[in-house]
Amino acid sequence: MEWRRLDSHASLPLDPPRRANYDGVWIFRMKQKCDKCDKPATIHLTEIVSGKKIEKHLCEDCASEEGITVKANVPISQLLEDFVLQTSSTEPAQPELECEVCGMTFTEFREHGQLGCPNDYDAFDTVLTPMLARAQDGASQHVGKVPQHAGTAQQRQTEILRLRAELREAIAAEHYEQAADLRDRIKQLEQQ
Amino acid sequence: MTLANLTRHAGEWLRGAGPMHDVVISSRVRLARNLAGMPFLSRCNDTQKQEILDRLKGEILQAGVAPKVFYVDVDAASDLDQALLVERHLISHPLVQADHPRGVAISENETAAIMVNEEDHLRLQVLRSALQLNEAFEEINRIDDLLEQRVDFAFSSRFGYLTACPTNVGTGLRVSVMLHLPALKLSGEIDRAFRAARDMRLAIRGLYGEGTEAMGDFFQVSNQVTLGRSEQQIVDDFVNDIVPHFLQYERRAREELLKNNRTEIDDKVFRAAAVLRAARRISSEETLYLLSLARLGVNLERIRDIELKTLNELFLLTLPAHLQKIHGRSLDAPRRAEVRAEFIRRRLGGE
Ligand SMILES: [Zn+2]
Ligand SMILES: [Zn+2]
Repeated sequence: MEWRRLDSHASLPLDPPRRANYDGVWIFRMKQKCDKCDKPATIHLTEIVSGKKIEKHLCEDCASEEGITVKANVPISQLLEDFVLQTSSTEPAQPELECEVCGMTFTEFREHGQLGCPNDYDAFDTVLTPMLARAQDGASQHVGKVPQHAGTAQQRQTEILRLRAELREAIAAEHYEQAADLRDRIKQLEQQ
Repeated sequence: MTLANLTRHAGEWLRGAGPMHDVVISSRVRLARNLAGMPFLSRCNDTQKQEILDRLKGEILQAGVAPKVFYVDVDAASDLDQALLVERHLISHPLVQADHPRGVAISENETAAIMVNEEDHLRLQVLRSALQLNEAFEEINRIDDLLEQRVDFAFSSRFGYLTACPTNVGTGLRVSVMLHLPALKLSGEIDRAFRAARDMRLAIRGLYGEGTEAMGDFFQVSNQVTLGRSEQQIVDDFVNDIVPHFLQYERRAREELLKNNRTEIDDKVFRAAAVLRAARRISSEETLYLLSLARLGVNLERIRDIELKTLNELFLLTLPAHLQKIHGRSLDAPRRAEVRAEFIRRRLGGE
């Protein structure tokens, strides 16, 4: 339990968290032994196999033997872990998806749990949508708040993102004239 | 307003007053937002991260999100100040751990905190005492509106507010309540309550940490589904359904304990109060455990000479960073244990 560690550490009052979830709060779990050995289980998975829910509780060693790796300090949610497990074991390899705006690949996303830019939601649509449905209780359509200037914004947003990516490359390649041009176009779009 | 001022009191959210305060310690709402036309942080270079920070810091400070706002440059803050802000629930562990430009703007009464460059460009939070989720949501929505007049957030009509991690997409809203459930714990019924909560797609966590057992019987319950339900629906679920259920279970368990195990309960809570008033050395772990029991004793009206507010404050002020800040210098663990015991004795009128 974290509290013990809080106080036994002399120099730093707080230990860095070993595994935080998406919002930086630790997921609370009940004390439980590993399914395969006597060590405490630190990895908890829920799998749906032919309509049945199967829960697994494993220590890190046994988990890695099963091919489940959990990296320290990677903020990745339980749901993503589930997803990684399910897709890697049950689904055939798919052609790699890549976002043309930021260059993020789906594999990279699965490893780190973080998307690269708003356009990834479109770029990874085919794999993200079923995953979202699982994570979001079947939902795939937003029904909440809509920002005041949402209508026009969407396409423009993607365009700005694309230009920014081009701008980065232009600067890296020392194409300054092109960069200045891109910068103007970004400014123009942002002021619309 | 400086960080040193913070340690003199606890934030509004630990006031110990408000609806259902015997079980609900605090209510928290959080919104995740990202600037339109910018990559998420995982794909930003340092220049872009700095650009986002400068832009958002400026807009937040000018938007008038609260009568008085102070800003903390987390990068430049000492380890102790960072820890202090974490203990006060004003910033998150990931924000501390990141090593890029980042900061937090905090309203003077500490109900609102806006983190820049955490997992998303913006993480807005409103924290209030007891069950005040509607009030908290109203405040965060107002802040969101103010910011939205100044910046465009990444949004799609299908997926809603676009977030770095798809588990937040849609409303970007995370609602959570911190519950004190000592009787459910003592009676062993807590597992059943948690199973029910998980079936409702809720996440249950300890006070600060993942762990084998949540110390001191404090639990955070929060929603996991952020897409396909409106903000108000998510809040209503908590106010009308989830929290009343926990409340009812816990209150019933407390009544049962009083009816069937009065001596045992009295023994536990009065011992806890006595140790808190007499100890000369105490760890934060033991403190949390004893404060939790003392709090139960006060709520059951067995302990009558301690105020709930005092106990709530002690939960916070006895944490390592707070103790050191109050003391004005860093203390090692054994010394902290002494200082902590003395602090508690004084607050509770012990010897
Ligand atoms: Zn094992
Ligand atoms: Zn992208």
